[in-house]
Amino acid sequence: MAENHKGAGRLDEATNTETVGHEWDGIEELNTPLPRWWLWTFYACIVFALGYSVVYPAWPMLSSATQGTLGWTSRGELDKDMKQAAAARAKTVAALADMPIEELPRHPELMRAAVAGGAAAFKINCVQCHGAGAAGFKGFPNLNDDDWLWGGDLRTIETTLLHGIRQPGDEATRQSIMPSFGTDGLLTAAQIDAVAGHVLSLSGKARPNAEGAKLFADNCAVCHGPAGKGSRQFGAPNLTDAIWLDGGTKDDVVAQISKPHMGVMPAWAGRLDPVTIKMLAAYVHSLGGGEQAPPPAPQPEPQPEP
Amino acid sequence: MNKPPDMTQMSLYAKREPVFNRRIDGKFRRIKWAIMALCLAVYWVTPWLRWDRGAYAPDQAVLIDLAHRRFYMFGIEIWPHEFYFVAGLLIMAGIGLFLVTSAVGRAWCGYACPQTVWTDLFQHVDRLIDGDRNARMRLYKAPWGPAKIVRRLVKWAIYLAISLATGGAWIYYFADAPTLWAQFWNGTADPVAYATVATLTATTFVLGGFMREQVCVYMCPWPRIQTAMTDEKSLTVTYKDFRGEPRASLKKSQKAPGAFGDCIDCNQCVAVCPTGIDIRQGPQVGCITCALCIDACDRVMKDIGRPRGLIDYATLEDAEREKAGQPPTRHLRLIWRPRTIAYLVVWAGIGLALLFALGTRVHTGLTVAKDRNPPYILMSDGSVRNAYTLRLRNMESRPRTMEIAIEGLSGAKMWTDDSARTDAARTLTRKVPADATQPLRVYVVAPAATAGQDFAFRITAEGNARETAKSETTFDTPQEATQ
Repeated sequence: MAENHKGAGRLDEATNTETVGHEWDGIEELNTPLPRWWLWTFYACIVFALGYSVVYPAWPMLSSATQGTLGWTSRGELDKDMKQAAAARAKTVAALADMPIEELPRHPELMRAAVAGGAAAFKINCVQCHGAGAAGFKGFPNLNDDDWLWGGDLRTIETTLLHGIRQPGDEATRQSIMPSFGTDGLLTAAQIDAVAGHVLSLSGKARPNAEGAKLFADNCAVCHGPAGKGSRQFGAPNLTDAIWLDGGTKDDVVAQISKPHMGVMPAWAGRLDPVTIKMLAAYVHSLGGGEQAPPPAPQPEPQPEP
Repeated sequence: MNKPPDMTQMSLYAKREPVFNRRIDGKFRRIKWAIMALCLAVYWVTPWLRWDRGAYAPDQAVLIDLAHRRFYMFGIEIWPHEFYFVAGLLIMAGIGLFLVTSAVGRAWCGYACPQTVWTDLFQHVDRLIDGDRNARMRLYKAPWGPAKIVRRLVKWAIYLAISLATGGAWIYYFADAPTLWAQFWNGTADPVAYATVATLTATTFVLGGFMREQVCVYMCPWPRIQTAMTDEKSLTVTYKDFRGEPRASLKKSQKAPGAFGDCIDCNQCVAVCPTGIDIRQGPQVGCITCALCIDACDRVMKDIGRPRGLIDYATLEDAEREKAGQPPTRHLRLIWRPRTIAYLVVWAGIGLALLFALGTRVHTGLTVAKDRNPPYILMSDGSVRNAYTLRLRNMESRPRTMEIAIEGLSGAKMWTDDSARTDAARTLTRKVPADATQPLRVYVVAPAATAGQDFAFRITAEGNARETAKSETTFDTPQEATQ
C-alpha cells in the first residue's frame, strides 16, 4: 500500500526506467515517452492541419463550412474537368458541326469520333426505349438489323432523330397512321382474321387465302404495297420479311390490324445539339444495318442491304 | 544504481562503429577490381548499345518500353502477354543465386552485389581524399575545422557525382537513351525521369556513402536467407583456428617455437575488412566473403615466412578434415556435389525451356470478343447475324497481311464494318501494321434455322501455316432459345 509520494525520476529497478511519480495501490507508471520521430511527425501533422483548414474549406459553420482562402470547391474542380474535356473535344466538335453528315464516311477519324460520341449519348437518351444494345423491344425497333421503316442511310437517320416519329408539334416529323380496322368497325373480326392470314402467308407463315388477299388489296396495299413490301415514304413496314416490330404471331397481327400500336419517337432537335444528333445518327448507322446514301431518286421499296 | 547491468538494461540499439578499411592488394582484390569494372561497365554502357530492328521498332539493344508495353533485349522482343519469359528469367536469377550460394557461399555478396560494388567504389573515394586507414581515423577524430570541412565537402561532392551518374543511368533503360539524354539536360524530359533520378541518386548517396555495411547487416534479407542455404559443405572465408590459435606476437612466438599458433595477432584481417568484422570470430552475418582478409593474411604470412592460407576459402567440413591432419580438398572439387548439380540442372532446365519457348513462339495472335448485347440479330431475310470484335496481333516488325477465316458454322459468311454484306465471304484479308494489334469488327451471318453452336476464327499471316492463331467462340441464334 502506498502512503508516500515517491517523487518523479525514481528509477524502476526491474526495467531501469524512470517512473512518472504517481502511485496507485502500489502500481506505478513508467515514464516511457513517445519516440521522438513519432512526436515530430505528430507536430508536423498538426501544423499541416492548421494550414490546411485555413486554405481549404474545413470548419462547419451554421449554414455552410468555411470557404478557405484558396476558394477551392469540388464543384469548381468538376467544372474545370468538364471544361478541359470540352476543350479537348472542341476541334472534333467544330469539324462535325461544319460537315454534312453524308460526307462523314469519307473521314474515318471523324467517323470514329462521332460513333464513340454517339455511343455515349445513346446510353443517356435512347436506351430507355431501344435498349442498351439497341436491340429494341416489341413495339420499339431494333436498330441493329437491316430493316428500316423510314430508311437507314446517315441523312435519313439524322432526319428521323431531328424530327422524331409522330412527334406532336413538329411540322417535319415522320407521320403515318394506320387505321384501327377493328375498333373503328372498318372490318369485321372474320375479315381481320382473313387479312392476318394473308399477311402471314407473305412470309410463308400461313397458307394463302383468297379473301384475305382481296381485302389486303382493297385496304392495305395503299401503304404496304400490293406485294406487302411496305413503303418508306409512309413508314409502312415490310410485311414479307422476318422482322415483326409488333410481333409475328397470328394474335399479334390481328391485334395490330384491329387497333394498331403506333410508336412515338421524340424529336431531338432542340433537346440535343446538332452535333450530338449527328453523332447519334453515326452510331446507329454503325450498328451493322446502316445503308449507303440512296441514289437521288427515292427508292420505292426497302432492300435488305445496299 | 550500482547493480551490474543485466539483459533488461541493455540497449537494443548499437551505435555504428565506423569502418576505415585499409588498402590491400592481392589475388582477390584484383578479382574484385575486375568484377567491379565489369558490373559498372555493363550498367553504364548497356542502354547505349544499338540494335537494328528495322523501321518499325526502336534501335536500342536493351529497352524496357513501359509506355508502349514492349521489352526489347537484343534480338528478342517481348509483349506483355509473354511476361512469363521475364518471370522465367527472374526464377533463373533466383535459382542462380541458390546455385552460387551452395557452391561458393556468399560470393554474390562479396563480389557482385550492387551494394558491395558501390560501397567499394565509395571506400576508394575515401582513400583518395582522406588517405588510408590511419589518416582517415585521425581525420574522423579530429575536431571540425576548415581543413576537415573542405575534405568532407570534396568527398561528398564526389559521392554525389557518382550517385548522380548511378541514378542518372537507370532511366536510359526505359526510353531511347540519346533522346532522353538530350531531353534530360534541356529540361524537357518527363517529370518521372527527374523523380527517378533524384530518388536513385539519393539512395545511392545514402546507402553507398553512409549506410554501407549496415545495409548488409540490418536491411538486406539475403544474408539471412543465405544462412539457411549454406551448410558445412559450402565454401566460405574461414579462419583456420586450429592453425592460428593460440595467438601470440611474432616476437613472442619466435621465442617459444611450437607453443603458439600461426596467428600473430597483427589485426590486418580486421583492418582491411570493408564491413569491419573480425573473421577470426568465425562465420558471421557481417561477413560478405569478399576475401580481402585472405589477401591481407597471405601477405603477412609471406612476410614472416609462414605458409599462406591461415585465412582461406574452405568448407567447414574440409576445415575439420584439415584439422585432423588430412590434406584439404581442392576447391573445384568441393563445388561439385549433389546439391549444386541439382540446382544447376533445374537452372539449366528452365533456361532451355525458355529458349525453346522463345524459338517456337508464334508472332501472330487473335482474340475474339463476341457482342453479348444483343446476342444475335434477326435479319429481314430470316438469317441471323452475330457481331464480334477481333483483335489481330502482329508481333513482327513489319506490316503483314493476315487472312481471317471462319472454321465451322456451315453456310456462315462474314463482313466487316468497313465493307458491306454483299461482300460477305468465308475469308477476308486485312493488312495489320507492324508490331501492333488491330481491332476489327466482324459481322457473321448464318442462314435461317441455323442452330446456336460453337465455331472458331483462324488467322494466318501471309500464308505461313506456322504463323497462325485460332480463337473459339459461339454463334447464338433464336433457335437455341426455343429449343
